[in-house]
Amino acid sequence: MKFQVDQDAFADAVAWAARTLPTRPSIPVLGGILLTADDDGLVISSFDYEVSASATTAATIARGGRGLVSGRLLAEITRSLPSQPVDVELDGTRVVLRCGSTRFTLPTLPIEEYPTLPALPPRAGTVAADSFATAANQVAIAAGRDDTLPILTGVRIELDGEIVTLAATDRYRLAVRELRWQPARPDITAAALVPARTLGEVARSLTGGAQVEIFLSFDQPGGETLIGFAGRGTSGERQTTTRLIDGEYVKYRSLFPSETAARAHVATTPFIEAVKRVSLVAPRNVPVRLTFHRDQLLLEAGSGEEAQASEWLDATFDGEEELTIAFNPSYLLDGLGAVDSEIVHLDFTSPNKPAILRGGKDADQPMDDYRYLLMPVRLGG
Amino acid sequence: MTLRGRASVGDPQPRRDPSILHADIDAFFAAVEQRDKPSLRGRPVVVGGLGPRGVVATASYEARAYGVHSAMSMAQARLRCPHAAFLAPRFAAYRAASATVMGILAGVSPTVEQISLDEAYVDLASTSPHDLSVDDVRRIAVEVKERVRARTGLSISIGAGNSKLVAKIASDLDKPDGLRIVAAGTEREFLAGLPVGRIPGVGPATAARLSRLGITTIGALAASDESELVNLLGRVHGRSLWLLARGLDDRPVSGEREAKSVSVEDTFDSDITDSPRLRTVVTELAHRLVTRLRRHGLSGRTISLKIRLADFTTLTRSLTLAAPTDDQRVITASALRLLDDVDTSGGVRLAGVGISALSEWSQPTLFSEEMSDTEEGSGAHPSAEADSARDAAADGSHDAEHPLRWTPGQDVEHDTFGRGWVQGAGSGWVTVRFETADTPPGPVRSFRIDDPALQAIDEL
Repeated sequence: MKFQVDQDAFADAVAWAARTLPTRPSIPVLGGILLTADDDGLVISSFDYEVSASATTAATIARGGRGLVSGRLLAEITRSLPSQPVDVELDGTRVVLRCGSTRFTLPTLPIEEYPTLPALPPRAGTVAADSFATAANQVAIAAGRDDTLPILTGVRIELDGEIVTLAATDRYRLAVRELRWQPARPDITAAALVPARTLGEVARSLTGGAQVEIFLSFDQPGGETLIGFAGRGTSGERQTTTRLIDGEYVKYRSLFPSETAARAHVATTPFIEAVKRVSLVAPRNVPVRLTFHRDQLLLEAGSGEEAQASEWLDATFDGEEELTIAFNPSYLLDGLGAVDSEIVHLDFTSPNKPAILRGGKDADQPMDDYRYLLMPVRLGG
Repeated sequence: MTLRGRASVGDPQPRRDPSILHADIDAFFAAVEQRDKPSLRGRPVVVGGLGPRGVVATASYEARAYGVHSAMSMAQARLRCPHAAFLAPRFAAYRAASATVMGILAGVSPTVEQISLDEAYVDLASTSPHDLSVDDVRRIAVEVKERVRARTGLSISIGAGNSKLVAKIASDLDKPDGLRIVAAGTEREFLAGLPVGRIPGVGPATAARLSRLGITTIGALAASDESELVNLLGRVHGRSLWLLARGLDDRPVSGEREAKSVSVEDTFDSDITDSPRLRTVVTELAHRLVTRLRRHGLSGRTISLKIRLADFTTLTRSLTLAAPTDDQRVITASALRLLDDVDTSGGVRLAGVGISALSEWSQPTLFSEEMSDTEEGSGAHPSAEADSARDAAADGSHDAEHPLRWTPGQDVEHDTFGRGWVQGAGSGWVTVRFETADTPPGPVRSFRIDDPALQAIDEL
């Protein structure tokens, strides 16, 4: 194996593939990055039995071949090299890397012990790269971070004809995003539960091109074990697969309240700033209380002998009488940030029932493509 | 020059009056039993767990004469004092008596720090009508004792001094029905002759280490070198003991003493070895914990599991959630997950579930009760296993699930004979003594355990 590659593209591809490498690999080869040079160019890949990643980069191939080296070390080296062509050559059991007057010699890992990367499942359809990245991040914020209940650490992806629905909940809030895509078959219906962190990172890293392709074994309901994504990163083709989370997902659609007793809309940015300010006195996510009056919203935090804060904000409220509801400020801020719109619409049933946050271009029309359902805090005493 | 024997900058400043009271109800649980069961007055009474692994909660002074004391195993207590009345606790009655006593203390000063059901500190300095002379404090203490006796029928011991330490030690010196006021400025003299073990926090282990330095009395401790104590006991413990020994204790009486944690635990009649049964037990403990948590309007973030193995090794595991919760499903799932991390194959003697990092607000979940099936179904244990575990528990020795099990000490009422308490039960018969706090000692009668005329009644 012998090839020459641009430092920028090389470093970017290695960094992308190294992203999912385990910190403490169960067997040493799983900490490796596989370099494959052939007629199609240079492919840089990693696999830890959960997630596989392959990055293709243009390179001048002098001699085809493969080499497996420590991923972490290769990522650090390629990142620190000067912006010049890099020459890489397999020399017996070592990989020699030259760039300008710098030379690195890396021992190779036993390639025969390295697992074969899983093949991509069948193509399910294509989604716009930017909307997919936005949608994945709007939803992934609501996924659980502790693994008490593994299904909650996932984002549920539902493919139904021309609509893709992404949903995630950590029990306390639920984010649901719907977007259009081009399915491979018009009658497609399939669902998968993808680790939220992986999905968010993958979607963000595939915004170099216009489209992202999604691959899923959608023919055997309940039998899917793998989902794949392919698109362009900043410097070439990227494709990745990840194992799905096993288990039945929460029937989340029924969590949305069927009635609305009161509605409000508030300018999003001032709302975010006000929540951040008043919650300065409320460490550890002590609740922020919101009281909606006809034309104004009062935000309060802190109580008793502790520090207190309050702030009035312009708001429009449509309800029988004024309403006080309390939220965990970080959950509220996550939702306000994710509606991704100038105005946020809030729908309420009662102070003890979940509220729905939606974005809107103007005061009259909330948009339904993204909904953030947030359970209020119960104040005791 | 040495600072030995002299207060240095940064030492606590002693209060100028004996303004701190420590009040402690004498032999509390046993005394309530003797009050409500006239035939037991003047006789040894032992209250505690009645199962084979039970532990003594309180022994009456008559039982203490036979060497029975709290925390002793019930089996040991039965050996030492076989003729005592052995009773199960009636917590509702104790809580009611405790609330009355705490109310009386709150009438003396708004600053009352309740330590337990039967023990509290009062800071008299926070209220104006007292001049806080020794005589004034004595008058207040006598008044409290009289009111407690009149309204609850119980005796209470009171100590007063210029610190919590002195007040606490003083209340213990003349028990029962004790009263000891230590004038401010005389506390070093008062403490000097007492053994070091009188200082709360000095157990047998610390006392043994101190005696190796030749220190057996608080006076000797006060005269010792601070650095020597720090070497022996560590910086924090060494320094705090050295200060306490000199009567230098400015810990405030905190009127708003907040619960730091809530926990429940069970010692089992026999070691639990099968894992489904243990899961059921931990699930039940978590449910009890949630009931208690909600009763206080609290929620918590850190959930802990305590497991005592057959060889008495005690393990605790904990995890912290993103937000405080009082959700039974979240707390149960967390406790079960902690249980997965413990090797219980050798058998479990005791299990407990607790919650800390408490808040007065909670973050409920979006999932309603009917959603919980999905949640638990995908959780750690298959439900068939849980069902069989539930069956195993029902077949086993769980008293609460046995509808006609009468407990010694329990309050009952008979359609013909009126109110009384269960003296004993077995072989299908239950023996009841018909008496109450307001009657003379009453007669004993026996009934079939399923006699429809006999009902359990509230403990009040």
